[in-house]
Amino acid sequence: MAGAEFETPELTEFIEVPKLEEGTMEHITCFVAKPEHQEPLGFPGEKVENWKEVAIDKMGDLLSRYRSFQVFLDACVKCGSCTDKCHYYLGSKDPKNMPVGRQDLLRKVYRRYFTFAGKYFPKLVGAADLTDEVIDEWYSYFHQCSQCRRCSVFCPYGIDTAEISMAAREILDSIGVGQKYCNEIIGKVHKIGNNLGLPGPAIEDTLEGLEEDVWDEDEVAVKYPLDVKGADILLVTPSADFFAEPHVDGLIGYGKVFHEAGVSWTLSTKASEAGNFGMFIGSYENMRRVSLRIREAALELGVKRIVFGECGHAWRVAYSFLNTLAGPFDFLDPDYPVPQHICEFTLNEIEKGTLEFDKSENDDMSITFHDSCNVARATRMGDKPGGQFDIPREVIKAVVNNYHDMEWDTIHERTFCCGGGGGLLTDDLMEVRVKGAKPRMTAFKNVMEEKGVTHLAAICAICKSQFTKVFPYYGMDMFQIVSVHQLVSNAIVLNRKTPPEEAPGYGEDDDDE
Amino acid sequence: MAIEINGKTFETDEEGYLTNLSDWEPGVAEAMAKEDDLELTDEHWEIINFLREYYEEYQIAPAVRVLTKAVGKKLGKEKGNSKYLYALFPYGPGKQACRFAGLPKPTGCI
Repeated sequence: MAGAEFETPELTEFIEVPKLEEGTMEHITCFVAKPEHQEPLGFPGEKVENWKEVAIDKMGDLLSRYRSFQVFLDACVKCGSCTDKCHYYLGSKDPKNMPVGRQDLLRKVYRRYFTFAGKYFPKLVGAADLTDEVIDEWYSYFHQCSQCRRCSVFCPYGIDTAEISMAAREILDSIGVGQKYCNEIIGKVHKIGNNLGLPGPAIEDTLEGLEEDVWDEDEVAVKYPLDVKGADILLVTPSADFFAEPHVDGLIGYGKVFHEAGVSWTLSTKASEAGNFGMFIGSYENMRRVSLRIREAALELGVKRIVFGECGHAWRVAYSFLNTLAGPFDFLDPDYPVPQHICEFTLNEIEKGTLEFDKSENDDMSITFHDSCNVARATRMGDKPGGQFDIPREVIKAVVNNYHDMEWDTIHERTFCCGGGGGLLTDDLMEVRVKGAKPRMTAFKNVMEEKGVTHLAAICAICKSQFTKVFPYYGMDMFQIVSVHQLVSNAIVLNRKTPPEEAPGYGEDDDDE
Repeated sequence: MAIEINGKTFETDEEGYLTNLSDWEPGVAEAMAKEDDLELTDEHWEIINFLREYYEEYQIAPAVRVLTKAVGKKLGKEKGNSKYLYALFPYGPGKQACRFAGLPKPTGCI
């Protein structure tokens, strides 16, 4: 198996700021994309000969395209506010994982080639030449940033390390040094339609299975429709919802909510991915190509509304960028938000009184909620400030009896990343993922011990997979992570009975048993 | 990277997955399992064979739920869950079992 041995950090009573240890993470690297992963995205297949020139040109291009990028590189006054805010620093002690340390890896090159002082007196202003070593350092440390933006909450200038990280990855891609994990996945979306590479028939088979499962349990024919023209709602959800656990339990929940709400809805093979890794690699062009699939699907199916399933960065792209990337969405029903989050949809139905719950179905669990970075710090839900914090919690509290929050400085806009976001959810970065999870694990362990919490609920596919993997490193059980709509699914009472002929497999010979 | 079985070489990628699906033979699974300190039993083979059949039809590994359901139908309900699969394949049915079966690694937010 990939990945060297490493020590799992020991959890302490509080989230402590560790003493610096230089170079603890400099050995980290991740698999480099091959030509077949690079070229379909419009990047050179391998490191180009004149890479230095191309990289500096690319930096200049990004500086001219994104004013924010230049402001972030110019504005830092080394005040130190960000230094103890990054989960990767807290878990690894490596000063280059301090947000300012990470930014400086790029800033020193910016100063050398784009500022007067750096061109003529580089040593005085910490400017440095772009060398092979710098490229390697960028590749390592910009793949130790999950672009969670926690540091930017505390920066008095609002410097967003995520944007610097995205720019660094874009520059690396432009010289042919891409990351295999992200770029292979984006290629699958362009070619097949989703991160997993699930072809239509596999999605169809999976959805039929879900219909059978719900029928077996409740004797109600809840439908999980695919590519139904004329449906009112297009649900766009991460492809992990079709594939992994506990994600799929959330998907089952969305279907039950739509069923009880009595709305017509559909999934789409063309838009079978909510996630958009184009954002992780800072590539506007790839992010746009991925987003356009949603627009095309919505037009082809003739839907009136678009609802997004539980996916963190998808919601950032959807809420903050979709309209400029793939809009205008003037063909959708203007009475509904474009797009709408599934938690918003469910809470609306709860408030209208269309859904009935038996909360005791979740009495075997006591829940806490993990705010996913991109939802918490880059979006909103509903029409009130803070809706992205309140709405998922209100949904959870409507379906469970036992709920407790984690410590105030680890939730809401101060939430700690799961450790696997931003394109790091790959086995070759397991050490980074485990160490970066430390602050979240500390807060979760504390709420388990103090309040008797047993399960962590999340609304992000990456968070769910990451926790499944890192819990065991910290002595917890991989099944302690649940989807929010899994809790909804457990508690919802299916009152809308269906005629027998709608049952899965009705009229077919039962030759299975 | 590569694995050697009786003088025959099987090319693998950097993560240990077989480069050519069609190269696969049962010995590949045995050799990979040995490297992971696992001994393949009939229970493991049930899963590996199912994965290969499913892949042949759908060009992708089955979703975890599809797999657990198939196992439950074949081997009894008490075995139709992820816990059982993780007991057989500690690195995860999706990744470890796929590797043994010669399938490409599932990618994405999983």
